[in-house]
Amino acid sequence: MDLSGKACIVTGGSRGIGRSISIKLARSGAVVVVNYKTNEKSALEVVAEIESLGGTAMAYRADVADYNQAAKMVEDVYQKYGRIDVLVNNAGITRDALILRMTEKDWDDVINTNLKGLYNTTKSVVKYMVKQRGGKIINISSVAGIYGNAGQANYAAAKAGIIGFTKALAKELGSRGITVNAVAPGFIKTDMTSAMIQKTSEDVIAEKIALKRLGEPEDVANLVAFLASDESSYITGQIIAIDGGLTL
Amino acid sequence: MEILDRVKKIIADQLGVDEDEVVPEASFIDDLGADSLDIVELIMAFEEEFDLEIPDEDAEKIKTVQDVIDYIKNHTS
Repeated sequence: MDLSGKACIVTGGSRGIGRSISIKLARSGAVVVVNYKTNEKSALEVVAEIESLGGTAMAYRADVADYNQAAKMVEDVYQKYGRIDVLVNNAGITRDALILRMTEKDWDDVINTNLKGLYNTTKSVVKYMVKQRGGKIINISSVAGIYGNAGQANYAAAKAGIIGFTKALAKELGSRGITVNAVAPGFIKTDMTSAMIQKTSEDVIAEKIALKRLGEPEDVANLVAFLASDESSYITGQIIAIDGGLTL
Repeated sequence: MEILDRVKKIIADQLGVDEDEVVPEASFIDDLGADSLDIVELIMAFEEEFDLEIPDEDAEKIKTVQDVIDYIKNHTS
């Protein structure tokens, strides 16, 4: 995958799937802005790893749930690189609880980061992509958004919201050469899923997956790199599950 | 530069039409081939060029080149 010279923003790019996406895009030649909210150390480590591989990256602190912070980040990136080719809306959190125990804050926090965050970053980026007459927006949804998951009403609602957002924008922006797609990962080995994996053993989870194993963050990153490249230019408005056959 | 000339240039650049086609009575959609996204982009470009905030309810009424010129004249000092 050749992404030479493309300027990319990866929200939540310092850890988990976002970290792998940042590294994969940079390895493919892209200039990567590794967005993070709290964990500066992890973000700087990702940048250092990219630089050690001969790539170019910068860390940028912004809470995507905050409209002004997200808009400022996008503007700063545009001022610095003069273009924005790829936006990966990856930042996401979980506040799992059964609905009877779910607080309003649990609900709001997840919706604000995982769904409203997409409005905040995308609105700002689209202004430039429309002028450029091209761009790639890749949203990280989840199989929880397609099939639901007990204990994740907030997360599943946000991830399902991302799917509607993706399809609407694909229609809105297609005439400007902007593609908008979503990927929906299943069980991927990250910090986010490690708590769940500790509770239910990995073997029990793997048994439900056609490929009999959990996914690696790199599996998702490879798909995102393809969607970020010119080789996927006739794909838009799609929700691609990457779950090892979990949901078959 | 006159308002008309500045407006003409923005419209010609945005819609890829000749400046000669941008006559006051021209409708953006019917005569100049603009789509809904073009209109939004044009409004944003006018806001930037003339340091204006054009609210949605006003933007909806802007259909022709003359509409824009009138709006700018009435809202700039």
